[in-house]
Amino acid sequence: MNEPVSSLWVYLAASPLFWLAVTLAAYSAADQLAVRLGRHPLANTVLLSAVAIGLLLLVTGTDYATYFEGAQFVHFMLGPATVALAVPLWRNLALVRRNLGAMAAALLAGSVTAAGSAILIAWAFGAPWPVLASLAPKSVTAPIAMELARSLGGWPAMAAGLVILTGITGAIIVTPLMNLLGIRNFAARGFAAGVASHGIGTARAFQVSDTAGAFAGIAMGLNGAMTSLLVALWLVFSG
Amino acid sequence: MGQSEQKQSINLPAALAMLLTCQLAGEAIVAAVRLRNPEFGFPGPVLGMGLLFLWLVWRGRPGESLDAAAGAILRNLSLLFVPAAVGLIQYGEIMMRFGLAVLVALIVSTVLTLLVTAGVFLVFARNEEAGPDE
Repeated sequence: MNEPVSSLWVYLAASPLFWLAVTLAAYSAADQLAVRLGRHPLANTVLLSAVAIGLLLLVTGTDYATYFEGAQFVHFMLGPATVALAVPLWRNLALVRRNLGAMAAALLAGSVTAAGSAILIAWAFGAPWPVLASLAPKSVTAPIAMELARSLGGWPAMAAGLVILTGITGAIIVTPLMNLLGIRNFAARGFAAGVASHGIGTARAFQVSDTAGAFAGIAMGLNGAMTSLLVALWLVFSG
Repeated sequence: MGQSEQKQSINLPAALAMLLTCQLAGEAIVAAVRLRNPEFGFPGPVLGMGLLFLWLVWRGRPGESLDAAAGAILRNLSLLFVPAAVGLIQYGEIMMRFGLAVLVALIVSTVLTLLVTAGVFLVFARNEEAGPDE
């Protein structure tokens, strides 16, 4: 690379503006690709853009902290977006009221399954306790999962990574799985997506239907509370 | 014709202010509880969602601006998870060490969770199918 080009690159690669622009450009390219593929579940926009950006970081030798200086402006919007979930929740209020019993039962069953099955399977594979403790809150939104992993004796950073992987996995699987089983109740589909894969599942649900998105959003919030409660009970009874 | 009129009636700053104020109130309540109980780990934005929901129930409608802002944000919710997902590259080493066990547990458990949650929901839903909206 000649001198002016490389010094320009040194400047750009360290600037928040560059990585913010990259984040938006990668997402919008991934979104267009997903639309062209008829929103095929495997063409997951979070996965596609994260892989593209991750490769760019590796190729350019940029560390995550530098990247995040730019990306934090996008990340920040997660807060207001979570608050905004109240709007579809309110719009689907009648449907929510009618399904309160189903939601309570599904929440309890799903929450126990999410944590319990992950622990059991990883335990059967011989994973040590800190890994099990980091895996247990995988279906819960990241800030809660990190707290829970810490209180159980796991690693918060690993928990955060597993939360994201679970979110992407659930977002990819939910549509084909529900279609395969012929489940056409979008309240049930959305609720399952929210319990199993928190916000990323909720984002996917909103791509499918507003009702599914609303129920996924509620499920995400409720599962954060329910898993916290289960962990608190576990800590009390295990001494 | 109607388009430009509609655009003018949408007050984006007011809608964003509403969302941020609810989040701020949620964060403030969480921070206040943490002063007494540092173990309390509930996220402020989720509480903020509850507050906005109560406000909507009380007021009876979100209003055009909030409706438009919330819709625009939620339609692109996936975008907001991209920075966190890129963060996975930091955990490559940990993931490699326990890769197989963790990955199998994660995928199988996610499928089971989806099945159990949707299944139990359907068993208890006494009403007609919700069906796709629009």
